[in-house]
Amino acid sequence: MSVSSKRLLQTPSQTAGPYVHIGCTPKFAGLNTGKADLGSSLIKDGVKGEGIQISGSVYDGKGAPVTDAMVEIWQADYSGLFRSPLETRGEADPLFDGWGRAACDAQTGGFCFETVKPGAVIDNMGVRHAPHITFWIVARGINRGLHTRLYFPDEVEANANDSVLALITDQNSIATLIAAKVADASYRFDIHLQGENETVFFDA
Amino acid sequence: MSAKGSDGIFSNWDAERQPKAYSQDYKSSILRSPKQPPISFPTTLAEVTGPVFGHDIIGELDHDLIHNFAASGESAIGPRIIVHGRVSDENGNPVPNALLEIWQANAGGRYRHVKEGYIAALDPNFGGCGRVITKADGSYEFWTVQPGPYPWPNGPNDWRPAHIHFSVFGPSFAQRLITQMYFEGDPHIRLCPIVGTITSPEAVQSLIGRLDMERTVPMDARAYHFDIVLRGREQTFFENQMDGL
Ligand SMILES: [Fe+2]
Repeated sequence: MSVSSKRLLQTPSQTAGPYVHIGCTPKFAGLNTGKADLGSSLIKDGVKGEGIQISGSVYDGKGAPVTDAMVEIWQADYSGLFRSPLETRGEADPLFDGWGRAACDAQTGGFCFETVKPGAVIDNMGVRHAPHITFWIVARGINRGLHTRLYFPDEVEANANDSVLALITDQNSIATLIAAKVADASYRFDIHLQGENETVFFDA
Repeated sequence: MSAKGSDGIFSNWDAERQPKAYSQDYKSSILRSPKQPPISFPTTLAEVTGPVFGHDIIGELDHDLIHNFAASGESAIGPRIIVHGRVSDENGNPVPNALLEIWQANAGGRYRHVKEGYIAALDPNFGGCGRVITKADGSYEFWTVQPGPYPWPNGPNDWRPAHIHFSVFGPSFAQRLITQMYFEGDPHIRLCPIVGTITSPEAVQSLIGRLDMERTVPMDARAYHFDIVLRGREQTFFENQMDGL
């Protein structure tokens, strides 16, 4: 047992700044690394599950697109398993990474991920979590990465029973976490950092 | 709460040490900070798990910003430094296999980026990004040139202290962190509105890399020491089974 009496103190976050692309998506930033940017693809040929596309934009409190943002997603595979050494419930689809990263478009603030629809996650206590995708957003002006979740509009019953969504009492706020289905297998998920439609963010 | 139990729960973000979302002195935060407080919940599997990156993604020169974008036989201009330290969690456990991505301005304070407008010269031999993965003991090291301070549009005369940006992945997505390392003795640290989003002076001190003469290579490069502490699991009976992961 590794309980130590000495608790170390957390390193504070600082903003990713406007040049986050240099470090995290160098190819996008125009640096010749000879490699694809990390997280630029979540799926490999033969991946299991329903292929979906998720697009959206990040907006500030005045509705202006946040053109320097970087968005990361983390999710379970089609069966609800995470591709992580800390996954103890089984082995996730090896053709699925679960983690993606996108630099937002320099004009529109838009991002787009090609992924698979995650399965419901049944945790070690037997509790069922509605299919969801974790989003993490950084940009100039964001002092600590913002954490939110995407839920699916076609999972009404699962969403109604989800323990995290249950923490949100206001229905309008819940709506900020439900993606819109814009076409077959295509969803839109806009993130509003502030303002009337401010997205619900989590401290988790 | 359903998320408790063997999934393991992380300690909260430390409100005393983490920056405020909104700061009137850091103009960009004004419209980019949520007005509603974030909703807390005990970490679930989605936060306890996280992506891992194999050592195979690290290129031969990724740890050497002095050379990784330099022409053959040439090197970046500026004071040669080694930055090293250890990544651990709040419980003092080293975090091995943590991916660190780093980016910085050149020695003149200029970034290689399309949106960068500072008149300081670009260095043709400097790209400004690198990455390393921590060893079994959580330690890391990279070589670079000391970045310069630079002006930025905020107040009428704001200059960033010299800094290196760090992006850090622990094994759990709950530990995801982006931060900046400053340099011991830089008078701009106390003047900087971005640093000022952190109210605890002790927390600010923890972001300052310290000159480390022990690791300095004589006649070659000075060393700076910078340790990083990620969130840790709350210390409960099941922590045991997670050891070594
Ligand atoms: Fe910077």
